Amino acid sequence: MFDVIVKNASLRFGDHLVFENLNLTMQGGKWTCLLGGSGVGKTSLLRLIAGLSGNDNSRADVSGEVICEDGFPVNHRIAWMSQEDLLLPWFTVLENITLGQRLRRTWGDRLKRRPLLSGETTDQAMSILEKVGLSDKADVLPQHLSGGQRQRAALARTLMENRPLVLMDEPFGALDAITRLNLQDLACELLANRTVLLITHDPLEALRLGHAVYHLRGHPARLTDAIVPSGTTPRSLDNHELMSLQGTLLDRLRHESFSEGDSV
Amino acid sequence: MNNSIKPFIVFIAMLALWHGLVAGFDMPSYILPGPWEVAKSMAENAGLLWEHSLVTLSEMLLGLLLGVLLGIALALMLVYFAVLRPWLLPPLLITQAIPVFALAPILMLWFGYGLTSKVVMTILVIFFPVATCCYDGLRHTHQGWLDMAQTMGGSRFAILRTIRWPAALPALASGLRVAVVVAPIGAVVGEWVGSSAGLGYLMLQANARLWVDQMFAALAVLAFCSVTLYYTTDKLLRRLIPWKPETSQE
Repeated sequence: MFDVIVKNASLRFGDHLVFENLNLTMQGGKWTCLLGGSGVGKTSLLRLIAGLSGNDNSRADVSGEVICEDGFPVNHRIAWMSQEDLLLPWFTVLENITLGQRLRRTWGDRLKRRPLLSGETTDQAMSILEKVGLSDKADVLPQHLSGGQRQRAALARTLMENRPLVLMDEPFGALDAITRLNLQDLACELLANRTVLLITHDPLEALRLGHAVYHLRGHPARLTDAIVPSGTTPRSLDNHELMSLQGTLLDRLRHESFSEGDSV
Repeated sequence: MNNSIKPFIVFIAMLALWHGLVAGFDMPSYILPGPWEVAKSMAENAGLLWEHSLVTLSEMLLGLLLGVLLGIALALMLVYFAVLRPWLLPPLLITQAIPVFALAPILMLWFGYGLTSKVVMTILVIFFPVATCCYDGLRHTHQGWLDMAQTMGGSRFAILRTIRWPAALPALASGLRVAVVVAPIGAVVGEWVGSSAGLGYLMLQANARLWVDQMFAALAVLAFCSVTLYYTTDKLLRRLIPWKPETSQE
């Protein structure tokens, strides 16, 4: 699996410089976690990597380069998962997780009356739904799912895309603690061997899942050196090293938000 | 209580109130005929009313169909050709700022006394609410959905078809509900200004002859058509859009 390298990423809003000349290497087949308080530019960095920077109508000035080590462009090798599940309310769960197939259907497919989903694709979708524990919900509209189930459907959609690089923007942020832990385990298992960049403001999440944990902090923001917790992911909660690292990180994050509060 | 019964209860209550007014104030029938007299007139003139309602109904439905299509086309144009927006908006506003009553004689002159002028008038009152609602719906597609679709590699058309259009449907539905309610205005105003058939024409003729009961009969039929049209549309829309609309900005 190839490494993905972000080079010289910069972001400014008018006169306000959020970060400049940021460099980040995501190791191929590993989880990279990016921790940081709000407003530090985590999401903007993720959008830059996904090629979505120009979309949000903000006056942000973004630049930077994303390089895949194998020399191919990063376009169309990304799956995106955000804090909102982004399930379309008019599609069933099955239709939602095969949204990519629907969107990439060409005029040629339509003219030749190829079925929307081949038998193979449907089988694949069903087996993914089984893995996330939603096989009995395939034909249900998302409004009938619980928050955890919705986020599992979103995870299934991400898996269905089958991309080497997965970008996750606080995907478990809106869930209760137990559901969050379960989903972290599930995501860790199902997204093994992919290059994952996970953004979060929860140190515990980053430390449980990350092969390398970076902290984006300061004005303009910089990346700290990577913390590389030992052991295999998802790390268990009774790990002492994990807990003490969490304490350190929480402390840092807290002081950060204090000093931010002072400057406002 | 079953919701489909409520309108009938309201209807009966209104009839009772009407009867009460007529009986209580001893209204002469050339001012306000009672419900019974109007019903009698309806029965006597059933054929006539049927014939003229068909005319008005076809004007309304044809106007609705074309007005809705025009409104949707306009909304799509405003969304996808942003350059056109400042050029299209002033003429659009002018068509709405001028009362349709003032335009009616001109439309008669251009399109004749027949069906066409009434359909044009109906289109004029309908396309605007449809266009603005649909435009609003299309414009406020949840950005997260669009971002995701982009990373999935969807074409502009595929994104419109699969995401933006269905996302705009609840907004379009509100536009349609308004359109259905105002559609009779276009048709009947057209008939008042110049026509040889339709419920508006019938009312005008009855008014000139002081056949007040027939006037009310025509009015009742018109009201019945409008209300039926509204509830049918509402029911249809609810069936077609069964999901809960999500707010676009959270």
